[in-house]
Amino acid sequence: MKPRKYLKVYKKFLHTSLASEFEYKTNILIDLITAILSLIGSIFLLSIFFQNTSTIGGWEFEQALIIQGIYTILNGITNTWFNPNLTEIVKHIREGTLDFVLLKPIDSQFYISLKKINPSGFLEIMLGFCLLLYCIKINQINLNLGFLALSLITIMCSICILYSLWFFISTTTIWFVKTWNATEVLRSFLYIGRFPLNSFSFSLRIFFSVFIPIAFITTIPSEVFLGLSQLWKILLEGAVTIVFLTTSRKFWLFALKFYSSASS
Amino acid sequence: MISNLIQRKIFTLLKVQYSNMLEYRVEIALWAISGVIPFFMLNIWTNNNLNESINISDVMLSRYFLCVFFVRQFSVVWVVFSFEEDSLMGKVSPYLIQPLNPFFRYLAQHLAEQITRFPFAIIIAFFFFIFNPGSIWIPNLGILLLSIISTFLSFLIQFLIQSIVACLCFWTEKASSIERLLFIPTLFLSGLLAPVASFPEYVKSWIYLTPFPYLIDFPANILSGNTTNISGGLSMQILWIILLFPVFRKIWFAGTKKYTAMGS
Repeated sequence: MKPRKYLKVYKKFLHTSLASEFEYKTNILIDLITAILSLIGSIFLLSIFFQNTSTIGGWEFEQALIIQGIYTILNGITNTWFNPNLTEIVKHIREGTLDFVLLKPIDSQFYISLKKINPSGFLEIMLGFCLLLYCIKINQINLNLGFLALSLITIMCSICILYSLWFFISTTTIWFVKTWNATEVLRSFLYIGRFPLNSFSFSLRIFFSVFIPIAFITTIPSEVFLGLSQLWKILLEGAVTIVFLTTSRKFWLFALKFYSSASS
Repeated sequence: MISNLIQRKIFTLLKVQYSNMLEYRVEIALWAISGVIPFFMLNIWTNNNLNESINISDVMLSRYFLCVFFVRQFSVVWVVFSFEEDSLMGKVSPYLIQPLNPFFRYLAQHLAEQITRFPFAIIIAFFFFIFNPGSIWIPNLGILLLSIISTFLSFLIQFLIQSIVACLCFWTEKASSIERLLFIPTLFLSGLLAPVASFPEYVKSWIYLTPFPYLIDFPANILSGNTTNISGGLSMQILWIILLFPVFRKIWFAGTKKYTAMGS
């Protein structure tokens, strides 16, 4: 591993993909409106839930907004990096262009995961941060360095888990060729991350902590924000992150053994 | 003679597309699974007793969300994405020469996919009833027929709207981002995530003038036996189709005039 080489290559990736994305300027504008409307829609939905109750699964409306903020940031990150790149794997495998990636003197996972970037997701990330700042104000959270460090760590962990999930699903393309829809399934399950985990029934809660760790992705970072989270949960999230990252890496290397180019 | 010809065309198209769709059973099964969001929503509603405030019993609400799942399964439209790909790849040119509007081809594709999807939807419903034995009910034949008609009308409305958006491909190349924008109000206002009956008054006052509640909420209400204005709803659906169809024709003729194949 040569970090400097990878940094240089990444700069080139950024340059080329930004240049091609800015070809479609109105598209970026439409995506911005979509992101704003989507946030308004989910807050509207949340307000319907809170019409006649003050808490859902022990979360007040103001606290549940934090989850929305974190979800929006993560969704923005998904739209900026994961979605454009990892759906490309399907294309690489179907058209046999994965050969060219594997032949390059660079790590294939690095290339496949970071080649493209979709700038319209940035706006969503910013929207999420604005909502979080607003939440900090209305929930009267006092900022200090420890709190900031802790919330940053948990959000980073969430991003890593999310990335591993996406990467894991996309890797299965090597066997099934058309897993475009598998990412769609993941997307629809991740939708649940907009709501506090405690608002679901016990069996679904287990499902969403073990199989698809949505609990770790949005709920724990939000608890950290509110200062409710216990230390063991944060440590557990760290452990889960490491497990997910290493298994998804191993799974990719394992899957590559079964890759037999197109038409062979 | 002419009707015979049309019938033969439609029959052949359907047969071809159906065998085509059967090739992608796994993919369609995954599509069906990705539509389970309504069940998660149901879980939030009943687990927090939110339905008490809107006067819908647990059983009625679970039937409602099951019907939402069904209506959504049989009214999903993706014509924009197909058409965008075909027009970027230049596949539209041969279609235009044929003495048949290419949108009939897409329509047949959608209908064939719905037939393929049917068994998977039934399996998912079966599992739903295992977990929720209290909500089993058998709608009578008249209701079933009415709900099938209204689901089909809802499908037609969405198909027309998307076809209009798809025709924008003649001008912009990336019309799918407009579709993603339009999907946001559909997601939050159609009753997919919360029944329209639960919406606050300031939304209810105008929402019935838009096409959204007739896409999912209205057919699902008929099928599940929740109270709804059947004749009013059906006439609104037909009205929207009558309004949208000329728009589609106009934009189609304008678009085909504007169309230039790649390389011209």
